[in-house]
Amino acid sequence: MATLETFYEVMRRQGITRRSFLKYCSLTAAALGLGPELVPQIVHAMETKPRTPVLWLHGLECTCCSESFIRSAHPLVKDVVLSMISLDYDDTLMASAGHHAEAILDEVMEKYKGNYILAVEGNPPLNQDGMSCIIGGKPFTDQLRKVAKDAKAIISWGSCASFGCVQAARPNPTRATPVHEVITDKPIIKVPGCPPIAEVMTGVITYMLTFDRIPELDRQGRPKMFYSQRIHDKCYRRPHFDAGQFVESFDDEGARKGYCLYKVGCKGPTTYNACSTVRWNEGTSFPIQSGHGCIGCSEDGFWDKGSWYARQSDILQFGIEANADQIGTTAAIGVGSIIAAHAAVSALKRAQHKGDV
Amino acid sequence: MAPLDNAKPAATPEEDGTAAPAAGRFLKAIYVYEVPVRVWHWVNALAITVLSVTGYLIANPLPAMPGEASANFLMGYIRFVHFTAAYIFAIGFIGRLYWAFAGNHHARQLFRFPFWDRHWWGELFLEARWYLFLERKPKLYVGHNPLAQFAMFWAIAVGSVFMIVTGFALYSEGTGQGSWQDKLFGWVIPLFGQSMDVHTWHHLGMWAILLFVIVHVYAAVREDIMSRQSIISTMISGVRTFKDAEAPADEEHERPVKKAARAG
Repeated sequence: MATLETFYEVMRRQGITRRSFLKYCSLTAAALGLGPELVPQIVHAMETKPRTPVLWLHGLECTCCSESFIRSAHPLVKDVVLSMISLDYDDTLMASAGHHAEAILDEVMEKYKGNYILAVEGNPPLNQDGMSCIIGGKPFTDQLRKVAKDAKAIISWGSCASFGCVQAARPNPTRATPVHEVITDKPIIKVPGCPPIAEVMTGVITYMLTFDRIPELDRQGRPKMFYSQRIHDKCYRRPHFDAGQFVESFDDEGARKGYCLYKVGCKGPTTYNACSTVRWNEGTSFPIQSGHGCIGCSEDGFWDKGSWYARQSDILQFGIEANADQIGTTAAIGVGSIIAAHAAVSALKRAQHKGDV
Repeated sequence: MAPLDNAKPAATPEEDGTAAPAAGRFLKAIYVYEVPVRVWHWVNALAITVLSVTGYLIANPLPAMPGEASANFLMGYIRFVHFTAAYIFAIGFIGRLYWAFAGNHHARQLFRFPFWDRHWWGELFLEARWYLFLERKPKLYVGHNPLAQFAMFWAIAVGSVFMIVTGFALYSEGTGQGSWQDKLFGWVIPLFGQSMDVHTWHHLGMWAILLFVIVHVYAAVREDIMSRQSIISTMISGVRTFKDAEAPADEEHERPVKKAARAG
């Protein structure tokens, strides 16, 4: 188990000069959207605070959150894992396995009771007594409840932990349930996305360790610094939206000109995430930049808000796929026909009883 | 507007409802809809039309505009018109709500749903039977008949609140967190699930109101022709005229002035 040196000590031990350390603090402040006056605060925190133990659990998930996390460039995930946090348990990244690995959980929980951060990737299935996800011979639900009990705060990594994601999509046979519906007595930071952006993940961790508090959250429990605006609000194709220039179908003239993907189902106007600002893979690109609409992967229940290739959501209650306009048009035609028939009967009746009234 | 000329002399607001001399076709005229109600009705009708057309175009945009993005702002204009009409719709609704308290008792009818009034339900079914051609004669009403009141309460009173609340919640996504729209209406989005759900419901709300409008216009035209009181002209002049001498079903709600006048 890692000894709890301060961040600064660890970095110096790794041969990082003080100059590089200060640069790193400035870059971190910039990445978090903080002003330069807060850099000394970050420096001070890193020089004095011991590394916080983080236990990273995996429930029903696909590991895409971990895959994203290890690609973080600013800060490098190496710095996060080796210098900033003390990642004591993460069954996909840790070297140890089996009983040895599971023993670490108990050790950290006991030694740092109430002072460790629980990061959850994936979610627990509640049906069939939780048998759809077994960790170390026991249902993941049990492990989650046990580790959450003494945690300082919980980070829900990705759309699985935050909202349920694909395993909770209709009809959700295993009753996969987001973490906040199972653990209700701890502060929970939701970092949705399928997966979340790497820099958003490391940014959230950096913020929590630096300031020793959870970031400011919005109504749905997401950090405001990364989830307060829609993809649409900062999309570089937004001028084409306002101009009324849309891709009508993939590979058409508009698609080649880089027009707005709204009509081919882009969910950017309803999706809160930082893709259009932070982008992916060291700021290389993001879905819209590659010519495909946003699928809204960081939104609640996005698998059931399809189609991903039409502007309006399908409404499935009618047994067939139809959107609001199709239902409305059908109803209007129905009512119109009834009215026409009614008017005809009214006219007949009136002709029959002319002069009666 | 020939009927109005007939009705006018007998229907000044002061004399409200006194029996008119049976000079023309109309035996009686009662001042029903005050000026703010009538102005609101037509402004609201226009706002609903504009909101529906622009709203439909926001969800189903027109074919792409040619030229540079900087030279076009079609979607921007359509959205601007939608938001402007929405403000007029919302402010008008608040004004109308105020008038329910400040105006006469007919102004309150839109916001009332007398669920516990068995008599009211009875007359509602009677009116429904008339529309199903099962009754020979409808009852006379000074205000709305119960069936109309039922439809208006749900489509316009409740429907407008629903559209204003969901509409401003969606609008708050553009004005951003911390804006007053977000503070007042932002909670609606997680309540529905996510933004996409609110869009879908806002859309269905439009269709519900449009269905009401279709039925409303048809019923108004038909009533004007077939029933025993004026309908369309009443929303212009404010005066309800009656085609026969029978007392309206809701006449007892009319000012005591009349009874006093009769007694006198």
